[in-house]
This record gives sequence, structure tokens and C-alpha cells, in this order.
Amino acid sequence: MATPHAAFNRVQIDAFEGVEERPGVPKPDSILVADSVRRRFGGLTAVSVDHLEIQRGTITALIGPNGAGKTTFFNLITGFDKPNGGTWAFEGDQLDGLGAYKIARRGMVRTFQLTKALSRLTVIDNMKLGATGQSGENIFRALVRRIWSDEERTIEERAEGLLERFNLAHMRDEFAGTLSGGQRKLLEMARALMSQPRLVMLDEPMAGVNPALAQTIIGHVQELRDEGLTVVFVEHDMDVVRTISNWVVVMSEGEIIAEGRHGSIVANPRVIDAYLGAHHGTPIDREEQDRQLAEVQAAIEAEERRQDEESPT
Amino acid sequence: MDWASIFDNTLRALLGREAIIYALAAIGLNIHFGYTGLLNFGQVGFMAVGGYGVAVSVLQWDLPLWVGLLVGIGAAVVLALLLGMPTLRLRADYLAIVTIAASEIFRFMVSAPSWREVTGGSDGLSGFSAEFYDANVIPDGSYGYGPWRYGARDLWILVVGWGLVLLATLLVYLLIRSPWGRVVKAIREDEDAVRSLGKNVYSYKMQSLILGGVIGAVGGMFWAVSQSSVVPGNFGTVPTFYAYAALILGGMARVWGPVVGAMLFWALLAFTQGTVNELVANELIPNSIMDANQAGNVRLILVGVGLVLLLVYRPQGIFGDRREIALGDR
Repeated sequence: MATPHAAFNRVQIDAFEGVEERPGVPKPDSILVADSVRRRFGGLTAVSVDHLEIQRGTITALIGPNGAGKTTFFNLITGFDKPNGGTWAFEGDQLDGLGAYKIARRGMVRTFQLTKALSRLTVIDNMKLGATGQSGENIFRALVRRIWSDEERTIEERAEGLLERFNLAHMRDEFAGTLSGGQRKLLEMARALMSQPRLVMLDEPMAGVNPALAQTIIGHVQELRDEGLTVVFVEHDMDVVRTISNWVVVMSEGEIIAEGRHGSIVANPRVIDAYLGAHHGTPIDREEQDRQLAEVQAAIEAEERRQDEESPT
Repeated sequence: MDWASIFDNTLRALLGREAIIYALAAIGLNIHFGYTGLLNFGQVGFMAVGGYGVAVSVLQWDLPLWVGLLVGIGAAVVLALLLGMPTLRLRADYLAIVTIAASEIFRFMVSAPSWREVTGGSDGLSGFSAEFYDANVIPDGSYGYGPWRYGARDLWILVVGWGLVLLATLLVYLLIRSPWGRVVKAIREDEDAVRSLGKNVYSYKMQSLILGGVIGAVGGMFWAVSQSSVVPGNFGTVPTFYAYAALILGGMARVWGPVVGAMLFWALLAFTQGTVNELVANELIPNSIMDANQAGNVRLILVGVGLVLLLVYRPQGIFGDRREIALGDR
């Protein structure tokens, strides 16, 4: 973890050199490769990803309009949902069909859109839980403190270091349920790091968080990348996507419709269509224009309402 | 009004046989519900398989008592596996439905006339505890102080019973302070979060179900052996809810909560029963309102009202942490 930040950063910026900007494009050094991943809910095809590769050591943003299947795709890849078909491999190991906990043990850890702080556990216990391979988690070895006390101390030190880094050290012995919404996001990220993952999948890490804290979270995500982790995150805020992502993957109606650097993505007509409706760019009459404006306005209002509901009281 | 005898009975109930049985049942429920969040509404089923396991082993299969006790524990493990395998991957309420149904099924099975040869039908089985009484190391005589005076046999029963309660409590204490305890408490809060951290949630829930069930079965075996009989009527739906009442009274997710809760619950029952009985006997409550037969039910109403008041004014129970209750609502 002692890698000099700046040096690593430069390496990452070059990671996509020569990579074509089209859906399903192969990457020079893929940590995760997914093929023909399908998920249907009744008649609706929620996810239909033909091919996707995630480049090691980079930050990949997964964007797309509401209902594009981003979270469902996350759930499938991390074992929280079962696909109707498809395969995917992490570091060359097939993961499809494995339970969520086994996938997490392989080093691919996720966070959730609706934060899952373990309310009636203290912050430090939340953190310690994240460490994998603890011998004291076996029911028989648990009975003899001597077996796990050394390990526990090491874990605790590591947890305290991470709490320090995520500005949560002062909340160490509070119940996690007393944290603010933003602090919970931080705790969830820090807890995920306790398992020393190689790939972290963050589902809307900045949702419902005040702008100052969002900046902090952005900083943390960049730090993870600089330490050599691979980050995939879902995000709606295009400013955030532009600031930190090396690569952007766009989903719409379950499919990947575009891949590339931020600059080319925002100019991609298919992406604009996906966000603004298929008739964008073609000549339209006044009536149609009004209708589309009303639609966009309704969508914005719905989003605002959603954020109001999600933000903590 | 004979207040002296009311208080004597109340104080005796504090350390009585029922307090032991329900302390063990409630310790099991505390592991299930208090720590792991498993909603088990059929703890009595575990008590029943324990009791019947030992009774049938000794009487029908001529096995020594200690083997019978192992059979009882084994039966509880099998029951936990049977209940857990289909339901622990599903939402919490499925386990609740299946446990209450299974405990009733077991009760109907053992009282069925067609199995009378083995289980004794609705009369149950009796006379299988000779080995237990013979093992009594306490010389004849009368022991104790004040209201707590016991003969050698009663004292033997209580010593063994409270010994079991202490052992179970120690076991819970050791487990809950360990990383294992941290995992099950985390499962209570949010299964998916625990899964996302690489823990096999299903396995932990199963371990918890088995452990709490076995402790409940030990309670059932103590019940059976200490009175040398098992009757299907004992194992209706009521004991599970008494055990829950004891657990809530003492405080959930607290090591001593179920023990102190069970002691107070039975003391409370003894006190209300004694008081209402005396009031009726002395016609302080006229017979036109309530007769002696009804008094027994009225005490349950009073205890129920008491529990409601407890939940209103002290929802965390005696030992609980109010902050935890408040967080649980979120």
C-alpha cells in the first residue's frame, strides 16, 4: 500500500491507450470479464450484457438512466441475484453460480445503494466484522479466547487505522445506527476495505450525501485506485463521473450501449438518446417538444423526491 | 389475608423448577431471536423432542439415562436441521410459521392413539427418572433458609437445574463476546451486509438455530426428568410464549436477561395467583364476580397487563439498553 500516488495515477491514465471506444471492447488487463449475463423479471429483460471487461487498477463508472439495470447487474455479478444465464470470471476464476459470500471472499466486495450500517453494532464492531478468515468466527474456536485474541488485536488495529482515515475515529464506540447518512456511507466503504478486496463495487456511493462529504468520498475512491484497487461504481452525477472515472460504461434498458472515456461518452448520440428519449436530434414539432419537456421535468421532480426520501432526517 | 404464605410462595417460585425450565428455554430463544434475529415461535417443540427423547429412550428402548439425554439432544439437532434447511434461506417470517407448526405437529403425533405403544398417547409417559434420583449425592435431611427449605430430593433437582442454567449462560457469554457472536448479531441487523463481507450467513443461522434449540431441549429434558413424566398437554403453544415473556421481561440480547426474566416471571405468577386466591377466599372479591376457579386465569390477565406496561415504560426489559431499542426502529 506504499505505492507513491502520483506515479500510479499516471500509469492508470495510460491504461486505456489504444482501447477502442465501443460496447464490449476488450481491455489490456481485465480483472473482471462478463459474458452473456441475462436477467429477466417476467416479461421484462432487466439485464442483457453480452460482453464486458473491467480494466484492473482503474475506476470504471457505470451510468445510465433509472431502470437501466445497473443495480441488477451489480446484484448478479456479486451473487446477490441469480441470472437466467451467463458467465463471468474474476481474476480468471469462474464466479457464476457461487453464493454472494463466496464471491466476497474471492476479493470482490460491494456496497449497497441503501446503506447497510449494522445499527446495533458499534462502529468498531462493524469494522472488525469486515475482516475475513477470522478463526474466532468458528463456533468451537470462539469459546477459547486465547485462540483468537491475537488475531482480534491485529484486526482492531487495522480497523482503527481505517476509521482514522475515513474520519470516523471519534465515533469508534457509538452504535452505527447513530451515524448520519453520509457517515454510514463512509463506514460501509471502510468496512468493505477491511476484507482487503481487489475489486470494490460501489452502488451510488454519493447518493443522498451533502456536497462536502461527497468530495471526501471522491477523494477516498481515488485513493483506493492509487493503492492498486479496482473500483466500479454506479453514479448519476455526471460531474462526479467526469472527475474520478477513467472509463465510463453506459447501460440502458439492460444493455451496454456505450463505453469510453468521459469526453466521448457525453457526445455519443446513443447515450444522449438514452437519457433524453429516442427522438432527440430529429426535427420535432412544438407539441412534441412541450411533451418531452414535461417528461423531463417530471423525471427531475421524481428524482428530487427520491433524494428527499433517501436523505436522513 | 395470609400475606406470609403469599410471599413465601413468591420467593420459592423465584428459585423454583419452572424458573429453571423457562430460563433454559428463554436462553435458547435469546440466542435465536435476541442475538441472531431468528423468529422461533416453536421453542416448545425443542423442549418436547428433548423430553420425549429421554423418556422413550429409557422406557421403550431400555437405554441408560445418560444415553437418553444424548438422544434428546440429538433429536433437537435433527429438528433444527429439518426446520432450518427449507426456511433459513427465506425471509424471517417463514421460520416463525414453520416452527410453530412443527411443534404442534409433534404434539399431535405423540398424543396420537396409533402411537400409544411408544409415546403413551395423551397420558404421556412416566417413571423414567430412577437413575436421576439415585444419582443424588445429597444426604437425606432438610436444607435451606427461610422460605427456601428443601428436602434432599428437591434440592438435588434444583442444584442440577441451576447448574445447567449457569452452564448455558456461560456458554452464551463466551460465544457472544467472540467474533462468532459479532457475526450473529450482525446477521440480526442485516443479512445482506454480512453476506457481502464474505460470511456464510446460512451456516451461522443454522448453528444458532441448533444451539438455541438444544438448550431449549435441555430445558425440556430437565422438565421431564425432574418430574419423571412427559405429557403432551404440557407442550402446547403456551410455553413458547411464557419463554418469550421471560426473555422480554429480563431484556433481550443480554446474557443474564433470560435467567432473571424467567425467575421474575414465575415469581410474578406466584404472587398474583396467591393474592387473587386469597382475595377470593376471604371474599374480599365477592364470589358473584369471581370464584376460585377463575382466579387462576385472572392472574394470567394481570401478568399480561404487567407485561404491556413493561413494554410501554421499559421496552428494553430489565437489563436491556434503551438506545438499542430506539435504533431497532429505524
